[in-house]
Amino acid sequence: MTAVKPYGDSTDDGLVQLSFTLPLAESERTRQAALEFARKMGLERAQVVHMKAMGPDFTFFIVYGATQHSVDADELVVPEREFAVLSYQEINRVLRETLKRQLVVVGACTGTDAHTVGLDAILSMKGFAGDHGLEYFPEMRVVNMGSQVDPAEIVETVRANDADAVLVSQVVTQRDAHIVHLREVRDALVEAGLRDELILVGGGPRFSTEQADELGYDRIFGRGTKPSEVASYLAYAAVNRHQIATTR
Amino acid sequence: MKTSKPFVRPLGRLQIDQASVAECRSLAIEISKPIEELARTHTTVSIERACLRFAGVDGVEGEGVEAIPVPNRVVDEVKKAIGLERGVLIPFFHAVRRAGGVQRAADAISSGEIVPLWPEGADYDSALAAATGVAESAVATIAAASEDRTRVIDKVGEATKPWLYLIVATGNIHEDIPQAQAAAREGADVIAVIRSTGQSLLDYVPFGATIDGFAGTFATQENFRLMRAALDEVGDELGRYIRLTNYASGLCMPEIAALAAMERLDMMLNDCMYGIIFRDINMQRTFIDQHFSRMIHSLAGIVINTGEDNYLTTADAIHSAHSVLASQFLNERLALSAGLPEEQQGLGHAFEIDPDVPNQVALEVAHAQLIRECFPNAPLKYMPPTKHMTGNIFRGYLNDGMFNLVGALTGQDIILLGMMTEGIHTPFLSDRDLAIENANYIFGGSIALAGELRFEPGGDVERRANQVLEETRQMLAKVADIGMFAAIEAGMFADTVRTRTGGKGLSGVVKRDDEYVNPVMDLLSQTLGVT
Repeated sequence: MTAVKPYGDSTDDGLVQLSFTLPLAESERTRQAALEFARKMGLERAQVVHMKAMGPDFTFFIVYGATQHSVDADELVVPEREFAVLSYQEINRVLRETLKRQLVVVGACTGTDAHTVGLDAILSMKGFAGDHGLEYFPEMRVVNMGSQVDPAEIVETVRANDADAVLVSQVVTQRDAHIVHLREVRDALVEAGLRDELILVGGGPRFSTEQADELGYDRIFGRGTKPSEVASYLAYAAVNRHQIATTR
Repeated sequence: MKTSKPFVRPLGRLQIDQASVAECRSLAIEISKPIEELARTHTTVSIERACLRFAGVDGVEGEGVEAIPVPNRVVDEVKKAIGLERGVLIPFFHAVRRAGGVQRAADAISSGEIVPLWPEGADYDSALAAATGVAESAVATIAAASEDRTRVIDKVGEATKPWLYLIVATGNIHEDIPQAQAAAREGADVIAVIRSTGQSLLDYVPFGATIDGFAGTFATQENFRLMRAALDEVGDELGRYIRLTNYASGLCMPEIAALAAMERLDMMLNDCMYGIIFRDINMQRTFIDQHFSRMIHSLAGIVINTGEDNYLTTADAIHSAHSVLASQFLNERLALSAGLPEEQQGLGHAFEIDPDVPNQVALEVAHAQLIRECFPNAPLKYMPPTKHMTGNIFRGYLNDGMFNLVGALTGQDIILLGMMTEGIHTPFLSDRDLAIENANYIFGGSIALAGELRFEPGGDVERRANQVLEETRQMLAKVADIGMFAAIEAGMFADTVRTRTGGKGLSGVVKRDDEYVNPVMDLLSQTLGVT
């Protein structure tokens, strides 16, 4: 593979379209500013095809130009996550075809933490940042236990619902309470002999992905995680487990 | 600017089964009875706090994120000392006499200096007289919101319909204000300030001007006041009244309704079931709170916006079309029983059919026209596509155009403008400008068609409308059969199971006993003719 350029209507023409707003009143000078901006972005023969005032202080532009840059895709180092973020349809399809039943997810905030914001953002129908929560997925059944749940209650609920996955959320971090509480849940599940059968996931704004091993969890999610990422991970983990179970 | 033709609500364009519509309404009455009974016989911590706010209790105890609003402190202390079964107002006004003032009493109760008690004899009589005085000023305050609005509209001029509704959501009220003013200058008639993620689950109303919301700005009385002043200012400049919208939903519906009335907000998101289904708020809490909040909205002249669009973002828009209409009949009934007239019922629905489904525009027209026909006096709120916005902004812009077209043809009153970047980021300034350009083009070009359009008798549109109506009737009959609470427990709404005692906020529900006294509620009910 050799370096490529964007394709407008012929090879290597490098044509791109872009739109942007400048915080300037509409004028000829502002139009020139937009062109200069395009030049600095590496565009040659830039053209402003549309300029529109948006109120007294802003101007909107649509610009075409030919980029000087080229890229060799083969030379890129692409960081890989262990799972792919799937669409809503794909997640449901994967679960339906693999498990042939609903994936049962138990979620809770444990210990003294009364902040269910993170848990609800991931679980509730409404979800978060335009992304629906796990309740939205017909192929998942969600048991949201709310806040200040005892690890023993989680064990009981996992048993009663024959759960596939447990999500533990922690927001408050005073004196590392979040770490202590996550470990307590894991220990309770280990003691009950349920740990190995479960996908165990922890999350909260102060966690990072690398903490999974140290905490004894399968996956840890940090700040800004969207429900679709968690759903994709659960689908990935559920399929993995299913394959291991059926090839054993 | 939108069009030289006046806005019309096209009615009588579809032959729909009127007997079926009437049956849906009588089923809604039957279904709502136990909910109305629940609201009549219970109170909640948020209702009691709302009444305290009308009495002038305000402020916070403590600082920063730890701060607890004084109304919460007072209600909690009364609850702890003597329970809330008889209401908070009598013990509170007894304390007012002991402390010599409203704020002093509130502070003394908060600090434990005064332990609330239930007064007897002459003490009771004087507390009742004081509470009755507050009821009169509360009702006057709420009614003044409506009078003020009329006065301002008379002065600056009314916006022509359909009203274009735009959202701002920076998290910082001081950023929201210039964005909201810019949106109004671009053409928005209604500004909604989205709340911070998670506010609906807070059992208190945050205090003061806030700059730290996440994906939205906290609803506080001070934020309401600041935005109201900013929109009045820009409305004056533009010669049209700019409406302000916020959310009386979640755990604090009554309190936020009270604050909205005090600060002359114009529209409030307020659904009889949204919190239960989509936020897992306890159903008893929601039903009781929505009733009281709607009484306040009614007298304040606030248009409620119901949340039926949510049913379609979580389920298929064709298969679940009837769940929208069923919920609208319930929202209508529960509004009427709280004294909120049809003219203030901004019943919601949405344009959410998969664009890859053949004939989808005709189906959308059928749904939107059916709702128009069923609720001729309601200022309907039409929500743009979100679910099938893929990130292809070019197709998204076209989808939003089709949404606007269907809205124009079927006479929808309040148009929430679709963003072509829906689901990608919070809208750019230019996204909003393009959305308004789209709306002005479509509404300006086609709204006159709404008055001209007729549908083929027995054709696709009419048949589809009658099919949805029939499915709605069947769903309401089924709900009436097992009862509303059982229906929610059976997952009949949005396939979501919620139990009577599950969800958040149940501990804030209190059954009233025979001695319950609430002059604010009594006078409000009397004024609105609510029994």
